[in-house]
Amino acid sequence: MQYPVALQLHNFISAPSSPEPNTPLPENTPKVIKITNCRVLKDHKIVEKDAIWIQDGKIIDPHKFFWYQKRLPDVVLDAEGLLVAPGFIEAQINGAFGVDFSVPSDQETYERGLTKVSRGLLKYGTTSYCPTIVSSSAAVYHQVLPLLKPRPGSSVLGASILGAHVEGPFINEARVGAHELKALQASAKNGFQDFKSVYGFEGDTPEAQRKLSKENLHSVKIITCAPELNGVMESIPDLVKAGITVSVGHSMANTLQAEEAVMQGATFITHLFNAMPQFHHRDPGVIGLLGSRLDLPRPYYGLICDGIHVHPNSVKIAYDSHPEGVILVTDAMSAMGLSPGNYQLGNMDVTKKKDHVVIEGTNTLAGSVITLDACMRNFIQFTSCSLIEALEAVTLHPAVLLGIQDSKGVIKPGADADLVFLSDDLYVKRVFVAGQEVDLGAIDV
Amino acid sequence: MRLVIRKDFEAVSYHVAKYVKERIKEFAPTATKPFVLGLPTGSSPVGVYRNLVKFHQAGELSFQHIITFNMDEYVGLPRDHPESYHSFMWSNLFKHVDILPENVHILDGNATDLDLECQRYEEKIAAVGGIELFLGGIGPDGHIAFNEPGSSLNSRTRVKTLAYDTIVANARFFDNDITKVPNLALTVGVATVMDAREVCIIITGAHKALALAKCIEEGVNHMWTVSAIQLHPRGMVVCDEDATLELHVKTVNYFKSIEKVHEQLIGSDNVGLQGGVRSWRGGAESTYHQ
Repeated sequence: MQYPVALQLHNFISAPSSPEPNTPLPENTPKVIKITNCRVLKDHKIVEKDAIWIQDGKIIDPHKFFWYQKRLPDVVLDAEGLLVAPGFIEAQINGAFGVDFSVPSDQETYERGLTKVSRGLLKYGTTSYCPTIVSSSAAVYHQVLPLLKPRPGSSVLGASILGAHVEGPFINEARVGAHELKALQASAKNGFQDFKSVYGFEGDTPEAQRKLSKENLHSVKIITCAPELNGVMESIPDLVKAGITVSVGHSMANTLQAEEAVMQGATFITHLFNAMPQFHHRDPGVIGLLGSRLDLPRPYYGLICDGIHVHPNSVKIAYDSHPEGVILVTDAMSAMGLSPGNYQLGNMDVTKKKDHVVIEGTNTLAGSVITLDACMRNFIQFTSCSLIEALEAVTLHPAVLLGIQDSKGVIKPGADADLVFLSDDLYVKRVFVAGQEVDLGAIDV
Repeated sequence: MRLVIRKDFEAVSYHVAKYVKERIKEFAPTATKPFVLGLPTGSSPVGVYRNLVKFHQAGELSFQHIITFNMDEYVGLPRDHPESYHSFMWSNLFKHVDILPENVHILDGNATDLDLECQRYEEKIAAVGGIELFLGGIGPDGHIAFNEPGSSLNSRTRVKTLAYDTIVANARFFDNDITKVPNLALTVGVATVMDAREVCIIITGAHKALALAKCIEEGVNHMWTVSAIQLHPRGMVVCDEDATLELHVKTVNYFKSIEKVHEQLIGSDNVGLQGGVRSWRGGAESTYHQ
């Protein structure tokens, strides 16, 4: 039968034809897992009594699966009403379980340490992270950075590695924090070239420079630097173009300099309030970025939410002024995750208590040992924010900062199936990495 | 025909859902003898589906041996478009229950040969032994499925052009742009629905009152296609009080009184699902009087 021309046949979108039922599936068709009875964080909302469908390590659209593949799920799991959120993303962590990422060693030892941390972090809900290297000599970077290439996570190997966060060495010695002064670089007078040679980026030949790609950049994901140092500001656009997230930190920049850094492409503030001048009402410095009125959006900011590094009221003030920008970080050091006791870590003797660590025999903090899930629980208490906002501060926000929000930090079709199941009081109960459930009891660190 | 009148939309939805559940329970479907159900879309059945899902979640109703045939689907709309009838059925019913995907049949509005698709649909219905119970709604113009006024009462599954009024009414789901609304649909015919062994039409709201009156108090008429139910040996209409607003008081009283007889004089336990009497001990000595 001929249809009238006015039918506009070009409106037809040919959908794949459904297979006949009972056709045998091709060999090795990945199993489909349906997790029922969940409260799911989806699209800035918590959906009650929902289900999550996983195939081949990714979240799939059940609607398409039902109509086009015409199959029932192969495995059905019951979340028993738990809250299911995307796996947490850690943007700043120096080590844990006795491992320190900034201490180079032979490849095998270093990789063992990485795996130990990657697995241990799963217990706290972290399924992706940026191992952080403090200011170090070029030799250390050249040795360590090649081992920190991004790699996917698995239920056996642990959280996925997103690339390194190099905190320094182009930072201000007046705000050195716990870094070693002699590892700092006072300036980058050759601009981007200095960054490249310190970190040991490949691609020093003209040929490679023409094809500068993320592959060549030795897996650096975030760089913390002080934009007021000579040569650093001018390098920011080159760093951003190379796919790196530039963060302002360990800096004495005034607000004008900090805003200039944002205009040049910086999108993050490293542990707001720490390692920067304190807030002054006539000269708010880097903290003043939270009150900027630029054409660009205000940057994200990291908060170490252990209640010690930043006073709870300061956390609330920062959050109230810029709620969309908050990213919770641990900035944890190697004693995180160890049971209370005395340890020798690197060249430090420390005493680890339940939730903080001091230099042995003193009350001086030796760094942070908070876990990311504890940060989130503290954050809700300090700010009275909603559950959704607290969860997004450790999932969606870091994912957007790092440009990976299509695969991490969200629960939507196509994203990696990294999931954390939380009790009502937000303790981690179950974890999935790349669609496989993690045996949390078997993690021994 | 039975006319069951309930207080409001919620009561109607619960009644129909419970009826479907009891019918299926009585039928006791198995893999070799599945229960074939015809299903509508639109605002009328939303409450029915909600109640069916609740029954399923309470463990009272399984969809494992149920085969479904939907009434209609737009032509040219992708299956995962939020306004497609595939999407409607998925989010309102299928995603919450244990129905097997191969037992679900919805017309494919993207088939390359639409006529063949309609023919195959009729063949599929025949292949499973016909439809046991067909649920449906009604449009304000008395249409069933997309059988708009003027459709043959003997019609079968086919391609229909949508009425201009229908397209305008649907524009609200397509960004208020009538050029985006599909103007063709595949629909089961009036005869396809009436071929089912039982038909149950859900009619709620004052805006459907005129259509209800035309369909059950006046003649069988192709301008009000639901009126074909008058010729069905097992037809049932479930409506709310608002939908009776255009009926004669006599009609409403009559059907309400039948229910009263069933409950009080015969005893609702002795009345079968379809109104037939299962057992009767009549006479003045009857113990059923209040």
